Amino acid sequence: MQKLNEMRVALICAVIAAAGVIAAPYYIDLFQIMQLTVFAAMAVLALSLGFIWGYGGILSFGQTSFFGLGAYAYAVAAINFGDSTGAIVMAILIPVIFAALLGYFMIYGGVSDVYLGVITLTVSLILFNLVNSTAGDFYKIGDARLGGFNGMPAIPTFNMPGDPGYILSPEQAWTVTGLALIVVYIGLRVLIASTFGRIIIAIRENETRAALLGYDPRFYKLLTFMIGGAIAGFAGALYVNWGAFVSPTIFALGLSAQIIIWVIIGGRGTLIGPVIGCLLMQWMVTAIGGQQALDANFILGAILIVFVLLVPKGIAPTVVDLVKSRLPKAKSDTANSNAKVKA
Amino acid sequence: MDIAIIVGLDVISGIASLVLISAGLAVIFGMMKIINLAHGEFLMLGAYATVLSVSAGVNIWLAMLVIAPVFVGLVGVIVERCLIQFLYGRLVDTMLATWGLSLVIVGGTTMLFGNTIVGVASPLGGFSVGEYQSSLYTPFLAVMAILVMTGVWAVMRYTRAGLIARAVMQNPDMAATLGVNPARVYMATFGAGAAISGLAGGLLAPVAGVVPTMGAAYIAKAFITVVGGGTSILWGLITASGLFGFINQIAAFFTTPVFGEVILFIAAVVLIRMLPTGISGKFFKGRL
Amino acid sequence: MTLSRRNFLRNTAAGGMTLAAPSLIGTMAKAADGPIKIGSLHDLAGPLAATGEPMVYAIQLAVEELNAAGGLLGRELELVNYDTQSNIQLYSQYAQQLAVRDKVDVIHGGITSASREAIRPIFDRFRTLYFYNTLYEGGVCDRNTFNTGTTPAQTVEKLVPYAMNLWGKKAYIIAADYNYGQITAKWMKKYVQDNGGEVVEIDFFPLDVTNFGPSISRIQAAKPDLLLSAMVGGNHTAFYRQWAAAGLKGEIPIASTTFGLVNEPATLEPEESNGVIGSYGYFEELQTPASLAFVKAIKDRHGAQTPYISELAAASYEGVYLWAEGVKLAGTTERMAVIEALETGISVDGPSGKVVIDPKTHHVTRNAFLAEVENKSWKVLETFEQQAPLDTAAVCDLEANPNDTTQYEINI
Repeated sequence: MQKLNEMRVALICAVIAAAGVIAAPYYIDLFQIMQLTVFAAMAVLALSLGFIWGYGGILSFGQTSFFGLGAYAYAVAAINFGDSTGAIVMAILIPVIFAALLGYFMIYGGVSDVYLGVITLTVSLILFNLVNSTAGDFYKIGDARLGGFNGMPAIPTFNMPGDPGYILSPEQAWTVTGLALIVVYIGLRVLIASTFGRIIIAIRENETRAALLGYDPRFYKLLTFMIGGAIAGFAGALYVNWGAFVSPTIFALGLSAQIIIWVIIGGRGTLIGPVIGCLLMQWMVTAIGGQQALDANFILGAILIVFVLLVPKGIAPTVVDLVKSRLPKAKSDTANSNAKVKA
Repeated sequence: MDIAIIVGLDVISGIASLVLISAGLAVIFGMMKIINLAHGEFLMLGAYATVLSVSAGVNIWLAMLVIAPVFVGLVGVIVERCLIQFLYGRLVDTMLATWGLSLVIVGGTTMLFGNTIVGVASPLGGFSVGEYQSSLYTPFLAVMAILVMTGVWAVMRYTRAGLIARAVMQNPDMAATLGVNPARVYMATFGAGAAISGLAGGLLAPVAGVVPTMGAAYIAKAFITVVGGGTSILWGLITASGLFGFINQIAAFFTTPVFGEVILFIAAVVLIRMLPTGISGKFFKGRL
Repeated sequence: MTLSRRNFLRNTAAGGMTLAAPSLIGTMAKAADGPIKIGSLHDLAGPLAATGEPMVYAIQLAVEELNAAGGLLGRELELVNYDTQSNIQLYSQYAQQLAVRDKVDVIHGGITSASREAIRPIFDRFRTLYFYNTLYEGGVCDRNTFNTGTTPAQTVEKLVPYAMNLWGKKAYIIAADYNYGQITAKWMKKYVQDNGGEVVEIDFFPLDVTNFGPSISRIQAAKPDLLLSAMVGGNHTAFYRQWAAAGLKGEIPIASTTFGLVNEPATLEPEESNGVIGSYGYFEELQTPASLAFVKAIKDRHGAQTPYISELAAASYEGVYLWAEGVKLAGTTERMAVIEALETGISVDGPSGKVVIDPKTHHVTRNAFLAEVENKSWKVLETFEQQAPLDTAAVCDLEANPNDTTQYEINI
């Protein structure tokens, strides 16, 4: 009953958010819209790690591998197909296949915890090195030159499905990205509420117990990992759609670390947390670049430390705790509803 | 034949530099089960301490071997007291906090000393093997790596502090019951790990481009080496450095430096997959 | 900061403080729409900060000087500078901000080719004039973009024969493993072969390599007469250290297209760097009056901490002046009018000498210099007057194809 209520609240919030996304271009100037577009694309990436880590218990240090693969897959496919629709499919498909192979290699090999983190991190470094060394005409997939360190410029952005001549305007691109974020969010909410979601949470809580109940933890972890890869790859396509550009730094250590930070700052074990953490940090990094009094790294680092020490659970859970402690009524409400269910 | 000797020396120097850049991290990881992502910046601080001391007229050996480790060791103790001590048992939070710390150190160093490359010249000359030449500094680094390893081993094996450290490492609760204060041991360990990193940074200063952001070039490799080695400080470190250093240098000599890096990383992935708890988790369980 | 304060004063005093030269009075009405805005995108934090800092100093200096001389078209100049923090995503974000929200009249910026390729399409799309002031591998062909730095045909072509004359015909090439290094290595190879020499081997190094032991052994095994280097960045400085430490400094001499771009000569000891030969479009040590004045102006403003003032700073400074000449000739800051004015082959006399825009390629014809490191600074040995960007000219003709926006890779 309570779960259902929560779902209903979430659904109402989502509808309001979707309305906001559609209305935004009428109220906000073009630049803000474009900035929100990249923030939303990154928030989808944050959700992918928020899901596999917060619910599946898999700490991937190399979530950028899938993000970058998705971005490159989209870029190469969009240049070759001349139509973004199939390219988006590729941006999801290729990271999923890669996640399946890598996940099988690790999870069925009994790798876990920090060791899994190191393997995923190392894989992203390998991809970085490999893609980085693809400068020159020789490295070409169809019509698409990979471009090495310089990256791939002027990638076609999203067009209307079926009509490659109709390129989405920045406002439309924002609507697509913003709605994509909401859809991914709701999709994950539904997934977590489903039987599958219960099983992966059970595995996160106690792998042996779940295994003894007849669920193969390896299988479920692999599926979780692949779903995370799919979402991250999709985020890569959204990112390229925003900037029309991709370069190997997308695989670099800095971004991998940032994703983890978004999740921690927002709150692990929630879905809204990573989104909040991502938006907040993105906004902050952008704001810092406009000033020149203090070194940007210095400010960011200080904020991080303060956060770990003072808000260790992350924003979303801390706010929820605060609200709960202020509103004892809410507690009795849920108690009532529980009682009703029992009755 | 001469070329074989030179390549052999390269391999030794590759292994030695891996040992040096990873040792401080290994001590902290092995003893405290936390991962210090500001490790690269500890190396950088050691290098800066050396460069600044030398340009202030201090003898280079004194700067490298004494000032760098003492200075960074003190930084380590301060960091432990002000930050790490609140985060024990929270692996991910420590990683995040130390990552923040690394940004603060990079930013602070940039503001203080600017972001241009500084450095000192390497103090030893070269030597020749047949018609090939190499730097005397290379074997010197190898000797220092061995000394650091031996030093850690001797302290752990033969001193009372080492005994207590090992006890806390194996079972902190039991050690506390017996009257040891684990908090103090952790503080000392973190300081010692930082001091070793500082020493490594000082030793690298003459052969590296010293800039505030230099730590980033080392952290991933150190991290992979330490985790690949597992939690035994000495055996894990030696075996992982030996393996990765050998593969990396041989591949770099026969192919290109890019492949050297890629092959090192692939080896690490395969290794961790085969031995999920690191080399030492399999072969040297419970040893130092 | 000072700029905005000045601006404030000017607006409140209704232009009363300006020296009302007769030519300005006519355009006073226009001054009411506020200052002319110049955008700047450079890294001031992270690994590329050492490169970005002097470029921003040079642009600030040019803007200050232009303002002190009464601004442009009777309007004050305002510099809008964003720190891209060595992060490509921020390049795209701030580029959009400059073009869409700040609506600047021109943008100077971008350091690595990757950053340029990220922002160039944005300025094409939002029709904002763009100047890229860094030496690079060449080949950008875009009517909206002007490239004021040197390309390989202007420097490598001089460096290679000079070094071969001095030292011999057998060259070993080492370069950073990304586009700039790879393309420069190709040019080096071409010029070595054109001059009757032989390239024994080419090695590429990722930017984060710090241990050069195996490579130094490989070089020794190949026994070249000289080493040609296009190594980039802080980590690669270690190469010269390890090279000297191995005692090879006196054995195999080095010529480089990148050594000294940041501050390598000042960092390395004389015994590590003496005798290295380099070629750029500008050296701080250049003793012409324009160069001396330029260096003094920057050092006066930034004191002892001033980083080395390389070609990057000089080209940024000259880039702003070239644009200003274009605006003066066009009589407006409107993009197309300024581009057409610049395409008349406008020139300025900057710290490096005469700099002329080549209308076909939107690159510049400029002086190139050859210098040798001597006791931690450069000694300029030769000047090559007015070198044209022949490499890009081989693939790019914007007069014939004004809608081209490709970066060509030049087949050598």
